[in-house]
Amino acid sequence: MTEVKKTFPIRGMHCASCVRVTERALKKTPGVKDAVVNLATAKATVTYDKDNCTPEQLAQSIAKTGYTLELEEKSEEVQKKEKQKELAKLRTKVIASLITGVLILWGSFPGLINTAPEILKNFFVQLLLATPIQFWAGAEFYRATIPALKHRTANMDTLVALGTTVAYIYSAFVTFFPHIVMNLGVEHMPYFDVAVIVIGLILLGRYFEAKAKAGTSDAIKKLIGLAAKTARVLRQAQDKLSEIDIPIDQVQINDVIRVRPGEKIPVDGTILEGESSIDESMITGESIPVDKAKGDTVVGATMNKSGTFIYKATKVGSDTMLAQIIKLVEEAQGSKAPIQRLADLVSSYFVPIVIILALLTFGAWYIFGPQPAFLFAMLNTVAVLIIACPCAMGLATPTAIMVGTGKGAEHGILIKDAESLEIANKIKTVVFDKTGTLTNGKPKVTDIIPMSVILSKRSEAEDLNEILRLTQNDILRIAASLERGSEHSLAEAIVKASEEKNFSLAKVEKFKAIAGHGVEGVADKQQVFLGNRKLMEKEKVDISFARSDLERLEEEGKTVMMLAIDGKLAGLVAVADTVKESARSGVEALQKLGIEVVMITGDNKRTANAVASKLGIKRVFAEVLPQEKEKILKQVQNDNGRKIVAMVGDGINDAPALAAADVGIAMGTGTDVAIEAADITLINKDLRSVASAITLSKKTMRTIKINLFWAFGYNIILIPVAMGVLYPFFGILLNPIFASVAMASSSISVVSNSLLLKRYKI
Amino acid sequence: MKPMTIDKLIVTIFSLAGMAFTYWFFLMKKEEVVSVTDSVDIIVEGGYAPNTISIPKGKTTKINFVRKDPSSCLEEVVLGDFKIRKYLPLNQKVTVEVTPKVKGEFGFACGMNMFHGKIKVV
Repeated sequence: MTEVKKTFPIRGMHCASCVRVTERALKKTPGVKDAVVNLATAKATVTYDKDNCTPEQLAQSIAKTGYTLELEEKSEEVQKKEKQKELAKLRTKVIASLITGVLILWGSFPGLINTAPEILKNFFVQLLLATPIQFWAGAEFYRATIPALKHRTANMDTLVALGTTVAYIYSAFVTFFPHIVMNLGVEHMPYFDVAVIVIGLILLGRYFEAKAKAGTSDAIKKLIGLAAKTARVLRQAQDKLSEIDIPIDQVQINDVIRVRPGEKIPVDGTILEGESSIDESMITGESIPVDKAKGDTVVGATMNKSGTFIYKATKVGSDTMLAQIIKLVEEAQGSKAPIQRLADLVSSYFVPIVIILALLTFGAWYIFGPQPAFLFAMLNTVAVLIIACPCAMGLATPTAIMVGTGKGAEHGILIKDAESLEIANKIKTVVFDKTGTLTNGKPKVTDIIPMSVILSKRSEAEDLNEILRLTQNDILRIAASLERGSEHSLAEAIVKASEEKNFSLAKVEKFKAIAGHGVEGVADKQQVFLGNRKLMEKEKVDISFARSDLERLEEEGKTVMMLAIDGKLAGLVAVADTVKESARSGVEALQKLGIEVVMITGDNKRTANAVASKLGIKRVFAEVLPQEKEKILKQVQNDNGRKIVAMVGDGINDAPALAAADVGIAMGTGTDVAIEAADITLINKDLRSVASAITLSKKTMRTIKINLFWAFGYNIILIPVAMGVLYPFFGILLNPIFASVAMASSSISVVSNSLLLKRYKI
Repeated sequence: MKPMTIDKLIVTIFSLAGMAFTYWFFLMKKEEVVSVTDSVDIIVEGGYAPNTISIPKGKTTKINFVRKDPSSCLEEVVLGDFKIRKYLPLNQKVTVEVTPKVKGEFGFACGMNMFHGKIKVV
């Protein structure tokens, strides 16, 4: 028996009784062990024996109740095949129309006609050649136009259908009734070539456009493709633990999974046993593999490089980081940029206006144009209908947004929506939160200075033989022994430093923590104090000869603790939150873009200034309480006029400040909270990505502006040319065939320009 | 000035009437609003039918798009205000869920922004 659990959408349910009916029907189906139907999600989760029951049987059972159980949704593969089939069909139509078009052109174009075989010059033969192209290859224009007209709407297909039909019908009329046309004083010349070649060229444009457009959603396809297909889960079976491979959608929270070298990590979780180096570049964009061991979190879809490990699944299905990223990118690609508003407005009136302009062109040329007025009027009308290209306007913004947001996602820069992307382009100031953003947020012991070092700089020697013998390691061991009992974050740093050195700590008696001062106790039979200046003053320990070292360390942004043994200073221990490796280059990259960098922190001024000067940050707000961050942001936004300000934080502690900024940038997390609060989430923890995100936004906006310029410019310039406004001055008219070349290339140029964004290196 | 010949007069009338008709036909159509409570099927064929729906604020409404039109123009639907862009396979129901938080009018359109529909949140 192979038991599987699957979820199927059920259509047609609208009340609780529907749930009961469908559940009963499913449970009655042979082979079904359990079935739960959820009305809210309209989905049935069925546990069934794969050997005795198929999804089709489930569908049949549901069908009998009057509802519909949808079998698996069309997979990417099926969609891809469908698209390929469509493209192949389009290609056939393009080739057939263009070959036919060239043949007709050969038999009718003034310069070429003399070289053409007689048969091609026959109008009836031309009609015979043009008819299938008009109604087979051009069928899709009609198929789109007729239902659209029923809804009193129109689109580009309407224009092409109108334009080519006018040319075709006129030509057919000339073929059948040449005398009537001649009597009207018009040369009896058909224009089948115009209809056929225009159809061919527009379909050709559509073919290339479809191919290029597919490239704009590559990023999402790549992300979806990253997911692992199966997981090797450890399951208890008959008193022993066995490994089974199960499909990824059946992995549950708390499942224990084994991952071997070279395998993909299936879902998010925490390592229980083993260690390894993991390549997370596909999610974070960070190229160097990360070493992970017991207790560390791993992310689904990343690649295990070297070791084997066992881990517990903590997030599955749509909760995994990859699923969240995909959702975010999909949402961003579906969102609308404010810059698009004008194009939106224009496009809703565009096609009817072009039809009105075409009618105006016909009337004006017929009434005021030279002879043969009818021919001029007709050809110019067709040119106007054909040259108008609303597609380019429609594609200008979304294609660039799709490529831009996708490009960001590939490098660990998640942009929430098109609006954030657009605003990010105007950022003038970036405010960084210090702790946990510019620094690692985990204090570390940076300096240990024994008395021997302090005194070596001084001329006088004192009788401190005992203490002078203490080394850095001794100082750290005694300090850690004492701090083991403390809960202070600085204490944690000292204990951790001694753990790294595997010291066996001394037993401490009479331990006491003195709030705001430090700690004291008896270790190795000696009275030991560890704390700040206040503690030393209280205990009357002379620290005068260590003052210069003290000040130096504090000016470097470190917190200094003094260790006194039996009333004498034994050494200094400095603890500091270390600055992230990428912090300085991240700040420099922003300054190079001409962006002001500001730091905001709750730390004291001396420490804050020390960190800021190390990073090249000139403007610092220190001793800021968490609730004041928002106020400071407003102040920065409004000095020297309204500026667009971005706030960079960890996304969890400073969510209100991120929300108050024009652009909230959350660093180094993929948690739901951060993604919700931030406009841009940087999952790669690299501070240089702040500048990269801004540059990406600038490049995307530039692409959009170029696209809109071309799309609008193209229509604004070429429609009047097609109408013949240049004719009275320069005798210039636009042949409908050239109009179709221009039209076909306009959409392609817009999409291709958007695709150029892919070349930008982050 | 020469008087206008009959054919020119006919063409003038035809052009002006055509322009007026085009304006009336496409730009002055009456909006028919379909009121939706839970879910609605929108047929995608030469546009969206129904074209304008009204849905309640704060409630999740399912909008099922069924594309019957092979035109590639309609193969995607974009509900920009709700951050939704969906590929619509031919003759298959694609459901999108929206939970509007504010009242107002929100447009949706095809991927090329040529066919438009409207969601009125009341």
